[in-house]
Amino acid sequence: MQFMLLFSRQGKLRLQKWYVPLSDKEKKKITRELVQTVLARKPKMCSFLEWRDLKVVYKRYASLYFCCAIEHQDNELITLEIIHRYVELLDKYFGSVCELDIIFNFEKAYFILDEFLLGGEPQETSKKTVLKAIEQADLLQENVDFQMRLFAGVMVPNMVSESSGLFQN
Amino acid sequence: MSDVVEKTLTALPSLLSLDSHSGSTKLSSSSKLGNLIRGITELTSKHEEEKLIQRELASIKEQVSSPNTSMRQMKELMVRAIYCEMLGYEASFSYIHAIKLAQQGTALEKRVGYLAVSLFLNESHELLLLLVNTVLKDLQSTNLIEVCMALTVVSQMFPKDMIPAILPLVEEKLTHPKEIIRRKAVLALYKFYLIAPNQVQHIHNKFRKALCDKDPGVMTASLHIYLQMIQENPEGYKDLTASFVTILKQVVAGKLPMDFNYHSVPAPWLQIQLLRILAFLGKNDQSSSEIMYDILEESLRRAEINHNITYAILYECVKCIYTIHPKSELLEKAAKCIGNFVLSTKINLKYLGLKALTYVVQQDPKLALQHQVTIIECLDHPDLIIKRETLELLFRITNAQNVAVIVEKMLEFLRGNKDDYTTIDLVGKVAELAEKYAPNNEWFIETMSTVFSVGGDTMQPDIPNSFLKLLSEGFDSVEEDRKLKLFAVDSYVSLLQGEPGKLPQRFLQVISWVLGEYSYLRGELDAATVLRLLAKLLDTKSTSSETKSWVLMAMTKVCEGGVGVSVAQEVCETYSSSLDTALRQRAQELQHLSQDRDLRAKVLPREAGSEPLEVDSSLSFLDGFVSEALAAGAAPYKPHHQRQEELAQAKALSMEPYGLPISMSSCSIADRQSPTLLSVSSGLSGDSPSLSQKGGSTTPKLDGVKRVWGRQGYLVQTEPVEESDLVEVTGPLQSPNQQAGADGPPSQTPTLKPTPQPEQEKQQLASSLFVGLGSQSSLCLMGKPEATTQRFRRKAKGPVLSSSTGEQISNSSVSASSMANNLLCNDLLDSNITSETAAPSLEQTPQLSRDLPAANGACAVESTDRDVKENSASLIGDNRLVAADPAPRGDRGKLKDFSAHLPAEFSGLCHSDISPLASNQSLDVSACHVQKEDSLVLVVFMYNSSDDAIPHILLELRSDELEVSCEGDSPVEEARSRSVAVCQYSLTVKKPSVHVEVAGTVSYQLPVGTSQSVQFSYKLPLTSFIRPLTVSTEEYGTMWLDFSHDTKQKLTPICLGQEPLMDTLNVLKKKLKLHVVEIIGMEGIVACRVLRDQPCLMHCRLHAGALSVWLRSPVPDLPDCLMYHCQRALQEH
Repeated sequence: MQFMLLFSRQGKLRLQKWYVPLSDKEKKKITRELVQTVLARKPKMCSFLEWRDLKVVYKRYASLYFCCAIEHQDNELITLEIIHRYVELLDKYFGSVCELDIIFNFEKAYFILDEFLLGGEPQETSKKTVLKAIEQADLLQENVDFQMRLFAGVMVPNMVSESSGLFQN
Repeated sequence: MSDVVEKTLTALPSLLSLDSHSGSTKLSSSSKLGNLIRGITELTSKHEEEKLIQRELASIKEQVSSPNTSMRQMKELMVRAIYCEMLGYEASFSYIHAIKLAQQGTALEKRVGYLAVSLFLNESHELLLLLVNTVLKDLQSTNLIEVCMALTVVSQMFPKDMIPAILPLVEEKLTHPKEIIRRKAVLALYKFYLIAPNQVQHIHNKFRKALCDKDPGVMTASLHIYLQMIQENPEGYKDLTASFVTILKQVVAGKLPMDFNYHSVPAPWLQIQLLRILAFLGKNDQSSSEIMYDILEESLRRAEINHNITYAILYECVKCIYTIHPKSELLEKAAKCIGNFVLSTKINLKYLGLKALTYVVQQDPKLALQHQVTIIECLDHPDLIIKRETLELLFRITNAQNVAVIVEKMLEFLRGNKDDYTTIDLVGKVAELAEKYAPNNEWFIETMSTVFSVGGDTMQPDIPNSFLKLLSEGFDSVEEDRKLKLFAVDSYVSLLQGEPGKLPQRFLQVISWVLGEYSYLRGELDAATVLRLLAKLLDTKSTSSETKSWVLMAMTKVCEGGVGVSVAQEVCETYSSSLDTALRQRAQELQHLSQDRDLRAKVLPREAGSEPLEVDSSLSFLDGFVSEALAAGAAPYKPHHQRQEELAQAKALSMEPYGLPISMSSCSIADRQSPTLLSVSSGLSGDSPSLSQKGGSTTPKLDGVKRVWGRQGYLVQTEPVEESDLVEVTGPLQSPNQQAGADGPPSQTPTLKPTPQPEQEKQQLASSLFVGLGSQSSLCLMGKPEATTQRFRRKAKGPVLSSSTGEQISNSSVSASSMANNLLCNDLLDSNITSETAAPSLEQTPQLSRDLPAANGACAVESTDRDVKENSASLIGDNRLVAADPAPRGDRGKLKDFSAHLPAEFSGLCHSDISPLASNQSLDVSACHVQKEDSLVLVVFMYNSSDDAIPHILLELRSDELEVSCEGDSPVEEARSRSVAVCQYSLTVKKPSVHVEVAGTVSYQLPVGTSQSVQFSYKLPLTSFIRPLTVSTEEYGTMWLDFSHDTKQKLTPICLGQEPLMDTLNVLKKKLKLHVVEIIGMEGIVACRVLRDQPCLMHCRLHAGALSVWLRSPVPDLPDCLMYHCQRALQEH
């Protein structure tokens, strides 16, 4: 896998992970173009895209788009399932995850991603094992405050849509 | 809506206070990020956002650089910095603090620090070096979490040069009791393998251990490495085929723990990885393929649940089945599977079905026929990606009969397409098809015109180039050529009479070239008309100056007659004062040549394009210029790769204190000078005909042609390559026809399935699209397979090249056809055919490659009265040999013979066994190497086993790693019957490598007249080149500091008696011929050199039962190679 992007329906980037060395300028350009292309696609369309010399696999969960770039010989369907497994992991970790969880705790989302994919390859596909690893690391954290996200959604009206669970659609 | 906002805003303070109940210091920090995020969400304009972020960044910057900021605050600041970067604002000031946080924070802070580092930096970032120490420390930590973090960051990015520093620690982790650590270590090694494969060569055995790990996670992780290695070298891992099959069997049977299930499918990722590996292993290998048939069938059978994940596995299975050695039953099932994909209503599956069809259609064109209705539906699919994939599929099944329809579909797509990448790709494909299968001239020219107008200026430059080449070189029939050219002229004239301003520049260039060259063919067309049309282009604003040059050149070629000259003169007036020098020059040329008819006829002869070009690729006519420049003090020319290398070296990290600045600066001046010189000289030769005319060495004819291509000079050079490419591409496409023509299986004529679709239109389209496929076998049955498929067959150039490539085509197509044959009629007997036909094609290539250097005469052997000397040498050799040569006096007579022929001067030296390398019916080649004090001599023995003397033997040696030079008088010219000819070559190391190899060719002429050649290769370890280096401890010290390349590793010492260090060094001394400089306590220093001038120093220290070895040398790669040999030497002991 070359990179993974998470962005909202409004085109806001929520998470980015690059597995190939690129300059910041290139990253920005790629992100901009890709977000535009993916957002322009209709819901019933194919989840795969030929984009430059790469294959892009994307999937929408509620208000969030998950988007991976893979090479041509890679298996598109399994990449879709990688995305799905990641969402499952997020869901299990945050407990019915919504976009707000990812916005406010994006570093956690990164930690989970790093535990699941390493250097662009699936590292551990067992849900239990990944979460165990994360929890162990989290134990170090002295009683972290997870409350924030609870009221954040109520507070800001713009975010109402983002607080709907990813798995609702 | 607005009161909702109000309500929430009023609720805000109370919520915040609620938050502060659970208050601690941490809360304020986490809500700072919260505030930032919320703040941004409330903003309405990009401008406001920018202002807010800039404010935020300024405050972060202030706080991170304040000494009072605690690590905990730093962690929070980093999270905010990451957020700002994600929004696209640069926060580079925080990078160094991220590294600091990773270094100094407690575990939790460290985690954020590492995360920030991995998000901010990429593996080429220089700050990453500062992370190395932190990683080293954490790898040694007793805290598992810290080790995990370090391994995680290492597997994401690590500076390549620093791998040796942490490699031993990572390697150690492969045996860690915790599986998570083992797994991460394997993935880190995978990463290392990707960026520096030779660094991890020595741990391949440990990979095998990882593959057998009891934890399935570790085993899965190791498959990444295996996939990579097997892809690169499938031959090396055939022995693992059965193991992979067994693993897959267990997985499929559900033997893994339930955790690994995904939607009740056992470990799908693992399955897919294994299937990909099996595909590589089974490719072109029947016996390996046979092992996997069962499990593939099982996999197909098991995958029955209607879920994406099973389809993913099925897809991989199908790909595997079509890649490995075919088995008919499996192919049938796989084909059915593809059918399910294609027919699926789910769009993702349909797409994959099309992709799979594209993949297999060349082997199995019937499959496309079965699904023609779906394919036609997909052609009009609203989703472009589906359409695009369908076109890809059609591209693969194009033949002479359906080309027009398919190209029309592709052009239709192109016209509506906006994506540059797709345009470039498709335009190239259309051009390829048009060249290959064009049914007639008109169609070809029209299609290419569309290609040029649609492709615009983004398309690959070789499309117009090869089009022009095709026009100028012509085809087999002169009359056809003329018609084609005429049609091109006509259609371009009418294009220019329309609205030429809208055409892309590349197309205009093509048009002007064609009109310049061929407009005379249309007799009734007045030169003045053409000139006016061209002049109109010059006046168009959108025309680029490059195009104007082309136009002016074209005008120079056609200006004729009173009116024509006056038009030309008019143009000249405008452009002879142009600011663009190229344009000015063209204008000047036009002016002069339009007035002097005779000169023009000489400089620009008609039909010059068909003359073969003679290119002096060595640029020898510049020799005088170069030597003058050198004499004037210019730096000698360095080839591009060498400059690159030097640049890279200059950029590479230097661990040494900086040297005096003088050498650096002078070096950079020299560097800059040489390219300029080069560009001046190439400019002279390429672009100005007047100069080369003055030189008078080349014929004016060539000059004329050269000038036409002056700006695109490369075309001439790439010519042969392009041609062979084209020819090769046609190979597989021809094969189905030829195959059927040869075998003629009448049983399987695929009849067009009657389409249930009532719409006649679609049916028509289907019949036109699939016409070639359906009628193919009947066409072949008539026994004239290849008559019309390729219309524009290029004229062959050069007798040697054409004949051999021609033969290669036939070879490859025959073997390909036997493959296809096998697929189609389940004939499993074909393997012999394949191998038989493959063999001659292999032989072909060496012969070809031999011819080329021989022609160059690079290593032409000059010889004198070789026979006499040789005899006397062997006589003396015989006498002394008894004492000198303890080498195996083999039972085989030949070997003994050779050692007797070892030249006398080597009799006192130690030499390797004489090993037979290659032989054919008349010549046996053997070789050995002799280690001299300062050099290594390779002695090659050639025994003529035939009854005739072989004159004109030419021995050539090549090597990537070594420099080979002929020793004194050794070249041989002939070998008399039943006697031995001896050659000596001195070898020096150019590029260190663990093993070095010399490849050689002996070519000779048999008396009968046929030329023969024997190929061989001789491999020897680097150790043969190593000699002790005697230095004092002081000298050692100064040298140590001077050397820049190094490597470190822990080795296991040898324990014989009391002193393991001494014992180990003695072993190394004996085996590798190192010189032990001094041993002080637990440390030892050792020195050696590779032949004359490549020293390598070694420092070893015995600590806690391990020997840490540090090697340093001025030569890159030498320490790594030597480390390998040290390790080997100790292991073998």
